[in-house]
Amino acid sequence: MSKDKILITASGIVVGVLAVALVHLGNPLNMGFCIACFIRDIAGAMGMHQAGVVQYLRPEIIGLILGGFVASKFWREFNSSGGSSPSTRFILGAIMMIGALVFLGCPLRMMLRLAGGDLNALVAVPGYVFGVWIGILFLKKEFTLGRSQHQSSANGLVSVFLALFWLVLLLAAPTFIYFSQEGPGSMYAFWAVSLGAGLLTGVLAQRSRLCTMGGIRDLILFRDTHLFTGILALFLVALAGKLVTGLFEPGFLEQPVAHTDGIWNFLGLAVTGFAAVLAGGCPMRQLILAGEGNSDGLITVLGMLSGAAISHNFALAGSPDGVGLNAQIAVGVCLVILILIGIGNSGLRSSFRGKVGNTRSLN
Amino acid sequence: MDNAIDVRGLSCPEPVIEVKKALSQATSGEFTVLVSSPVARDNVKRTATGMGWKVEVAPEGEDFKLTITS
Repeated sequence: MSKDKILITASGIVVGVLAVALVHLGNPLNMGFCIACFIRDIAGAMGMHQAGVVQYLRPEIIGLILGGFVASKFWREFNSSGGSSPSTRFILGAIMMIGALVFLGCPLRMMLRLAGGDLNALVAVPGYVFGVWIGILFLKKEFTLGRSQHQSSANGLVSVFLALFWLVLLLAAPTFIYFSQEGPGSMYAFWAVSLGAGLLTGVLAQRSRLCTMGGIRDLILFRDTHLFTGILALFLVALAGKLVTGLFEPGFLEQPVAHTDGIWNFLGLAVTGFAAVLAGGCPMRQLILAGEGNSDGLITVLGMLSGAAISHNFALAGSPDGVGLNAQIAVGVCLVILILIGIGNSGLRSSFRGKVGNTRSLN
Repeated sequence: MDNAIDVRGLSCPEPVIEVKKALSQATSGEFTVLVSSPVARDNVKRTATGMGWKVEVAPEGEDFKLTITS
């Protein structure tokens, strides 16, 4: 087994173990890690939305960014860069989040929910794969968000300062920061443990390039199993961990922080998968990229933060009661926007123009 | 055929798609690939090696130059 293969497998195993451990140490069930949920909680803590049960400055997110930074600095891979269609990436981040919150979890939590026996996640898996597959169709049509440029180190460090700022706010807990008194936001492991788990995951994910979208994309696009090995190891270890610790409760009904609306579980993560391919990485990968100095990754994370606020302010997020009309409309609108972004940034644009005719260059 | 491929600044998997396209149209020869990130460097190297090509990596300023030979 090559060194790279060992690294990606080990990363999956460690993240799987940490995800199970964090639940035992206080995180909500099947939510050892959930990038979408945790960024949503941070948006709540910052007062960007007023959903009182999901407000907490999750140290795991802070740790992921800082872990990505530390590893990239230590192994000389810190690369301050950006400028590749930032506004489009911001929108992709927001859409990635809106889709994930309809399902109630990012792709990482999809695997952890499945590992915990939540069969609603079994419906989301083909949804996510379907979304990734649609994204691949655009990649095959030369989809690109354009080239990034090297930037000053100061620009690459913005994500690090943001993470440290959140850490200071978490520890100082000023009155203008919201902390849930009940619900998932009030359930968490001791902050230093969460931060440590995030840091370790960040380091491993930076080294191995672990990405839930990349694993599926590369398997379909290149028949390359490298990244897929990591997410498979993560799932199997989490499954084993939940079986051993008695947290495996198979079924559709009354699963923790979940609903049984199959079609919306499927479509929610289809939106997330589609957006993740166009953005070049799943929610977790965007945090690592941000830590590595990639401001395109950071702008996607900021898009996710805004997406969380949009979701809760306009009742787009799913809840254990199901998925409302606003959310259903939002999923449709997100799919249309993604298709437009896909067409607008790929070879399809010129063929579409050709059919419409009457185009004129401004130059 | 132009054997110099510049994929600097492109995010994954675009560098791999470009290089794979070029390599699959050739059976021998030498290609130079310019990438700007360690991720693209590693991915292109793994792809080319997997297709049976030899890859040498050298830093070039803030970027990397990969020399791919049959």
